[in-house]
Amino acid sequence: MTGKLDLDPVLVRRARALARQVGRPIVKLARQHTTVSVERATLRLAGLSGADPDGTPWVNRLADAVRADAGLEHGLALPVWDALVRGEAEDLLVLAQKAAAGSVRFRLPDGRDATRAQAAARRQVGAGIRRIDAQRKTRERLIRTIGDAPSQPWIYLIVATGDIHEDIPQAQAAARAGADVIAVIRSTGQSLLDYVPEGATREGFAGTYATQENFRLMRAALDETSRELGRYVRLTNYASGLCMPEIAALAGLERLDMMLNDSMYGILFRDINPIRTFVDQRFSRQVHARAGIVINTGEDNYLTTADAVEAAHTVTTSQLLNEFFAKEAGLADWQLGLGHAFEIDPDVPSSLRLELAHALLARELFPKAPLKWMPPTKHMTGDVFRGYLLDGFFNLVGALTGQGILLVGMMTEAVVTPWLSDRDLALQNVRYVLQAAGDLQSDFRPLPGSFIPARAQHVLGESIDLLERISEHAPSTSGAGLLDAIADGTFGLMRRPPDGGRGLDGVFRKAPGYVNPATDLLEGTS
Amino acid sequence: MSLLRPYGDTTGDGMVQVSFTLPMAHSKVAEGAAAQLAEKMGIQPALVVHAKPMGPDFTFFVVYGPVRHLVDPSVVEVVERDYPLLTAKEVNARVKSTLRRRLVVVGACIGTDAHTVGIDAILNIKGFAGEKGLEYYRELKVVNLGAQVSVPDLVAHAIEEKADAVLVSQVVTQRDAHLLNTREMSAAFREAFPPARRPVLIVGGPRFDESMAAELGVDRVFARGTTPVDVASFLVHRLEKRAS
Repeated sequence: MTGKLDLDPVLVRRARALARQVGRPIVKLARQHTTVSVERATLRLAGLSGADPDGTPWVNRLADAVRADAGLEHGLALPVWDALVRGEAEDLLVLAQKAAAGSVRFRLPDGRDATRAQAAARRQVGAGIRRIDAQRKTRERLIRTIGDAPSQPWIYLIVATGDIHEDIPQAQAAARAGADVIAVIRSTGQSLLDYVPEGATREGFAGTYATQENFRLMRAALDETSRELGRYVRLTNYASGLCMPEIAALAGLERLDMMLNDSMYGILFRDINPIRTFVDQRFSRQVHARAGIVINTGEDNYLTTADAVEAAHTVTTSQLLNEFFAKEAGLADWQLGLGHAFEIDPDVPSSLRLELAHALLARELFPKAPLKWMPPTKHMTGDVFRGYLLDGFFNLVGALTGQGILLVGMMTEAVVTPWLSDRDLALQNVRYVLQAAGDLQSDFRPLPGSFIPARAQHVLGESIDLLERISEHAPSTSGAGLLDAIADGTFGLMRRPPDGGRGLDGVFRKAPGYVNPATDLLEGTS
Repeated sequence: MSLLRPYGDTTGDGMVQVSFTLPMAHSKVAEGAAAQLAEKMGIQPALVVHAKPMGPDFTFFVVYGPVRHLVDPSVVEVVERDYPLLTAKEVNARVKSTLRRRLVVVGACIGTDAHTVGIDAILNIKGFAGEKGLEYYRELKVVNLGAQVSVPDLVAHAIEEKADAVLVSQVVTQRDAHLLNTREMSAAFREAFPPARRPVLIVGGPRFDESMAAELGVDRVFARGTTPVDVASFLVHRLEKRAS
């Protein structure tokens, strides 16, 4: 620990203890429930893919049929593999087709039938988990043989054409221009679809649908470019929204390298049911942990909706909660791309010092996490010249505070989707600043007691206060103070009650005898 | 007002600066091509001050020079919106002073339309084009009913929530479904409410024509590119007019 901010280790421990205290009841709640998407993700791990002629995925058709016959509170695995063991169909696909046609009935097996179904399910889901393991090994081997990104921060660039076949050449061009990480922005509204679209897609709204085939095509193209450039170019997408667990599974199967995955974003900003989100979160993070995927959390969003100075402590609080939930799900420190952003109004006096204080606080609280540093968006006005300067200061703060992943800011933010020249100028900005600053980070040490450490300590204090308020929140109806705090509008300005929001009808309290071989294998409990 | 030229550092110098990319490798010919383009834009003589290759197939240029065109502000025509654009703060303050309570907005996609992209872009706090949605406004209470809501359901929710405004999004336009659904919706609201009590009806979608409000029986039609602040500002404007 570098200790540039003179943080009191007792307070840091207190902050983590509070995050644990606040998070634990949520974990308990997550363990007590399953969701349609967790169950469908299990089918995807078992190898079921494809869609009916209307585009409804077979995993949805099968899950809906089982739900109608046997309910989901015991999990899909027993009824589905019981039907296979009974010889209703030769494989999952045929079973899904028959289920969609209404020509097979599902039951909850017991006794020896249940044992046999469970064993069969475990074999088939286990094959999917092994494929994720193999993809992780492939990534490690490619990084070893081709080479890794030459230095940190990793340079993160976005493509967003809506058409996977346009995205690919753009992503390859961005990689050649210097990107270490390519993120494919998703189509607006995908987070609210309760199914994962199928196949290669060419029409998205302001982004490209996340599908298994799109993942595969882009990863294959970037593998080719990685070999050409002599460095492994990482691929990012979004495990968020109603299908978070399924998308996490597809990311593991298709060797994506980073996934946006926040514990509360969907609740606050997409009005997805809180319990659905926490259950889906836990499963998706277990998959990411297994797949060696780095998650990127979404704290930058708090700063775009609230004042970045006043709300600084909500970022810290969310980072602490994201860290707790991530580690509980099995993620290691190197997989925690905890998010934060350069969003203070440039007209605020000493805004650069405030940004430095906040960024250093994140760095020192989470010394082993890569940290995802997000550029200004809220105060990008369309004045591209001023925006370019702001991005330069953003890059400088990134260089001075050892950020792991730097999302490249565009001077045309809020004007157009980035042009080729915008991206080129933005990369010149990054390269100039990183090269000019060199290892300035190691020289840079604010005077003890000066503005920057004082501000960082203040934000940490506010964050502890907020965590205390959450933990003291009387767990009235829901059984967890954090849920009640979310219902009260403690985060952002949104009130999100645990019995409201989208996707609630896809949440089930697990019955005794619930079986999910994916969860068992991911948790290593059997 | 008299005719004007752009201003660099001397009245009448006409100086402008442009930047653009040509899809060709950097060379003397490429710089000449950039100057040619600038001259066609009216910049003469065009001074190519910067040319930078971006990969093997593209070159970026910055060009300065005097433009020979004049502008005449007296003949400029603009379409003025008939209500002022407000900030979130102003919207909140004016709702508070006009209604003395929160303004209730009920939103939905009606008919078989399952595309919530539009209604979510306007209502969700995440918003659209860097602008926060109506949920972000403290003085607005947003009830987003989501997709495939039937007209009777929408009316029932509007009554139950005591809606001040109803927002309907229509993306699918096959066989003019968006127009038929909108007419059905506005007729149902006219039937269910006396004119003075009827919520403000707003419909939006990428294929609507903004001049069709009267024909469709709604108070306002919003087309492609509408952002939440357009809608919020209009709501304030209309409710203030009603209250006065």
